[in-house]
Amino acid sequence: MTSRRDFLRTTALGAVAVAGTAHAARAESLLRKSNDSGDPMANELALAAIQAAKDAGASYSDARVGRYRRQFVAAREHQITGVSDSESFGIGVRAVVNGAWGFAATRDVSRAGAVRVAQEAVQVARAARSVQRTPVVLAPTPAVTGTWRTPVQQDPIDIAIEDKVALLLAANEAALKVPGVRFANSGLALLREEKTLATTDGTLVTQTFIRVGPSFTVTAIGDGDFQSYTEELAPRGSGWEYVTSLDMPGNAPKWAALAAEKLTARSVEVGRYDLILDPTNLWLTIHESIGHPTELDRARGYEANYAGTSFVAPPEKMMGKLKYGSRLMNIQADRVQNDSLSRCAWDDEGVAAESWMLIKDGIFHDYQTVRDQAPAIASLNGVNHSHGCSFADSWDSVQFQRMPNVSLLPGERDSTIDDIIADTDRGIVIKNRGSWSIDQQRYNFQFSGQVFYEVRKGKITGMLKDVAYQARTPDFWGSMDMIGGKRSYWLGGTFSDGKGQPGQSSSVSHGCVPARFRQVNIINTARSV
Amino acid sequence: MPDTLMNRENMQALAKRVLAMSTADETRVNISSDASGNTRFAAGDITTSGDTDNTVISITSTVDGRRASTTTNLIDDASLKRAVDTALRLAKLSPRDPELVPELGPQQYRDVSASNSDVSSLNATARAHAVEQLISAARSPGGAMPIDPASLFVAGFLEANGTASGVATSKGLFAYHASTDVSLSCTARTPDGTGSGYASSGGRSWTSIDPSALGRRAAQKALASRNPVAIEPGRYTVILEPRAVADFIPGLVGSLNARSADEGRSAFSRKGGGTKIGEKIVDERVTLLSDPFDPDLLGQPFDADGLPLKRVVWIENGVLKNLAYSRFWAQKQGVEPTGGGGGGFGRNPAGLKLTGGSKSVDQLVAETQRGVLVTHFFYIRSLDQRTVLLTGLTRDGTFLIENGKISKSIKNFRWNDSPLLSLARLADIGKPEPIEAGLVMPALKINDFTFSSLSDAV
Repeated sequence: MTSRRDFLRTTALGAVAVAGTAHAARAESLLRKSNDSGDPMANELALAAIQAAKDAGASYSDARVGRYRRQFVAAREHQITGVSDSESFGIGVRAVVNGAWGFAATRDVSRAGAVRVAQEAVQVARAARSVQRTPVVLAPTPAVTGTWRTPVQQDPIDIAIEDKVALLLAANEAALKVPGVRFANSGLALLREEKTLATTDGTLVTQTFIRVGPSFTVTAIGDGDFQSYTEELAPRGSGWEYVTSLDMPGNAPKWAALAAEKLTARSVEVGRYDLILDPTNLWLTIHESIGHPTELDRARGYEANYAGTSFVAPPEKMMGKLKYGSRLMNIQADRVQNDSLSRCAWDDEGVAAESWMLIKDGIFHDYQTVRDQAPAIASLNGVNHSHGCSFADSWDSVQFQRMPNVSLLPGERDSTIDDIIADTDRGIVIKNRGSWSIDQQRYNFQFSGQVFYEVRKGKITGMLKDVAYQARTPDFWGSMDMIGGKRSYWLGGTFSDGKGQPGQSSSVSHGCVPARFRQVNIINTARSV
Repeated sequence: MPDTLMNRENMQALAKRVLAMSTADETRVNISSDASGNTRFAAGDITTSGDTDNTVISITSTVDGRRASTTTNLIDDASLKRAVDTALRLAKLSPRDPELVPELGPQQYRDVSASNSDVSSLNATARAHAVEQLISAARSPGGAMPIDPASLFVAGFLEANGTASGVATSKGLFAYHASTDVSLSCTARTPDGTGSGYASSGGRSWTSIDPSALGRRAAQKALASRNPVAIEPGRYTVILEPRAVADFIPGLVGSLNARSADEGRSAFSRKGGGTKIGEKIVDERVTLLSDPFDPDLLGQPFDADGLPLKRVVWIENGVLKNLAYSRFWAQKQGVEPTGGGGGGFGRNPAGLKLTGGSKSVDQLVAETQRGVLVTHFFYIRSLDQRTVLLTGLTRDGTFLIENGKISKSIKNFRWNDSPLLSLARLADIGKPEPIEAGLVMPALKINDFTFSSLSDAV
C-alpha cells in the first residue's frame, strides 16, 4: 500500500529532477516508488519485452525491470571513511525456445532496448539448442497481478545522512573509551530494491524491498597480541526503526569490553565438549549445513562446478528417509517471516511466497525448488508447484534457485540458553559468527565465533579464545539434545550468500533458538609465527 | 557478448560532461563500461546462457575537506546532473575527512594492450560450440575406461568479458584502459558419485584455451579419483597444483596492508612497533609481485584514484620488500604509494604473480617419496589474522603419492594452515602457469601441511 507520506516523498524526489529527454523522463519515472498498480513505465517495458520474445519464437518469457538504490556509510574511529549512494537500473529478459533457456540484459531502459534484449535472449536460447538434450519443463503457476512492499515505518534511504553519520561516530566514540580498545569500525548498508516482473503466463507484479545492514567491529591491542570483536547485528528486511532499536552507541562499550577481555582469555584445550550455541552463532551453521544441502539444484548437480553438490541426494533415496538429526530438529523454509531478508509476496518467477517443512522430527522431508526444478520431484513429494525460491540479485543476473529463510523451530519447552547452561556439566558457549567453512557436499564443517565461554557444572566459569568446532553434518545434528523455546527465538541473516556462475549474492535470514550439541570436536586456532 | 564497450574518445567526452556539471572543489569520475557473455552447463545440457551490458559511473565530490560519492548507470544529462548534485549534497553533509588526499592532476600512463577480439566475438553460438567440444572430449577422454565415459556428469562455465574503465578528475587527469578476459572451467563426476575431477583455464585471449583438453583432463581426474580411501589426517608433504596455489596464496596478499601492519594488527607487524619490511619471512625461492606490464599479467596500469601503477615486488627471495600503501598512509609514512587503493589487497588491478622454477607437476610428483597431490581447494576462510591461518578443503581429485607415483585416490581433507607459514616450509616450486586473467601461479611442494580432518565429500 502506498501511504500519503510515500506519495509526498515521491513528489519531492520528482521535484528535484531536471526535465530532460524522453529517456531521462523514463529514467525519472523508474526512480519513483511504485504505487498500487505498479509503475506504468516499468510495466510497459516489461510487457514490451515479453511480447518481443514471444514474437521472436519464445514458448515462455519473463522480463524483470530492476531499480536498485543502495547507500553505504562507513566509519573508523573518529572519522567517516566513506559515504556513497548508488543506483542501478535495467531490464533482464529470459526466454525458452525449443526447451532451452536464453537470457539477455541491458541498462538501456528504452522500449527499443527492451525489445532488443528480448530478441537477444531468444537468439541465445536458440544457440543452446545444439547442446540441449533435456527440454526445460516449468511447473505451473497461476497468473498474478499486484504490488507488495516491505512493511517499514521509516525507509532507511530517506533518513538524513547526518543522522547516519552521527550514529556511527557515537558508537565508535563510546567504544574507544574502553581501556585497551584502539580501533572501531562501524557501518551501514541500506537498500531499496524495486522489481517489476512480467511473464508470458500473464503475471505482472511490482515489489519494493527494503533492507538494512548495520555493522560494528572493535579491535583491542595487547602486548604482542590483538583481538577483535564483531557484534552480530543481523541484517533485516526492516526499516530504519530496526537500526535505531539496536542502540549501537549505548551498547558499544559493552561490545568493546569483550574485545579487551579476549586479550586475557585462556586459549582453549582441544578435545570434545558439549557445545551450547547461541542463536547468534547457530544461524550460520543452519545456513551452511541445512540451507545449502536442501537446495534441489545442488542435489541434482547443477552447482557441481562451483558451489558444489549435496549429500542429500538422490532425492528418491532421501525424501522421507534420510535421518538428518535428532527428533528435536524441525526445519522450516519460508519467504513470509516478518523482518526476514527473504520475505516477498512473489518470487522472481511470480510464484506466491509460502512456508513449508524441510525436515520434520529429524527426518528429511522436502527441498527448495524453482519452476524448472520442481517437476523433477513432483512424483516424490506430490507437490506440483514451485516452492517459490527463484531470485536474481540484479536486473543483469539470471534468476535461479536461491535459499529462502531456513529456520530451526523452537522446542515445546520454553527454555532459554541459561536453562541449557545450567543443565551442562562441561561445555563451551559460542556467540556470534567467526570463521566458517564447509565442504562442497556439506558434510565436514568448521565454524568459529566471536566469544567463547567455558561451562563447568552448570555455570559459566570464564572466557576462552582460539576456539573452533568441527563436525560432520548428520552427526552434529544427531547430537542435538536440548533446544530453547519460543522466547529464545532470534532471527540472524546475511546480505551476501554466494552461489552460481557468474556469482550472485542473495540475502537470507535464519531464525533459531539456542541449542546444545553433545561431544563436539573442538580445535585450537592459535599458531606461532 | 554484446559489442558495446565505450572507446577512449567517448569515455573522455562522457567524463568531461560530468565534470562540467560539478561545482564541488574537486571531482573525480570513474567509469566502467562492461559487456559480458556466459554459458553455464550441467548434466550435459546448457542450463543458462546470457549476454549483458552495462555502464556505471561513480562521481566522487570533495567540498571543504569533505568527500562523498554516488554511482549511477543512467547516463542521460538529467540523471547525471542528479547524481552529481547528490554527491555534492552528501559531501556537504559529511564530516571533514582528516585523511583526505587531494585528487590527482594529469599523470603519464604506459598503455597496456589487454584486449583481444577473439574474446569479444565469443557469442552464444561460439560458446555453445565450445561447450559441445568440451563435453564430447570429457566423454571420450582416452586411456583405459573403467566405466562408460558417456555416463559422466559434466558441468561447467564459460565466461567472456570486455571492460573499458576510465578515471577523470577536475584537475585534468584522464586515464583509460580496455581489457578482455575469458575463463572456462569444468567438473566431471562419475555416475556412482565417488569420483570428481576439475580443470580450468583463463586469460585475456580465447585462443590460449583448449575446451577439449579441459574436458579430457576433468574426466581423467574423475575416473582416477573414484572410490577414494581414507588416510589419517595429519601433517603431509603436499604438492598443490597451480589452481590450488591460486586459491591459497591470495589469502596471504590480503594481509599485505601497510597500515594494519603499522597499527600492530597484522602478521606483518613487528613486535615493538613498525612493520616487518626488510625481514626474511619465507623461503628464499619465493618472489611475489604485481606488475601491469608483465606480459603474463597485462593488468590495468592505474588504480581507482588514477594513480599510475608500477611493478611492485611484495616478497623478493623470501624477504618482505613492500606492503600496500594507500596515498594517505604513504604520505604519512613518507614513502611512495603502491596504489591499488591500499586498503587491503584483494583484486589488485595490476595482477599477481608468484614466480617459480621450471618443474612440471609430473616432475614434482616423480621426486616425491610420500605426499598428497591436491587439484584445488574449496571454501577458504580466515581463522586467525595474526598468523594468516586459513581453513579450507581439498576437492575434485586428491591423490596419495608414494615412491614418485600416484598410488591411490584418497578422501578429501579439511586443512588448517597458513600461506605465510607454508611458504616458510617450501620444499620445491614448479613452473608458473596462467590461471586466469591477471593471475599466474606455479605448483608448490610444501612440507608438513596440516590436514586436520577428513571430509566425506566427493
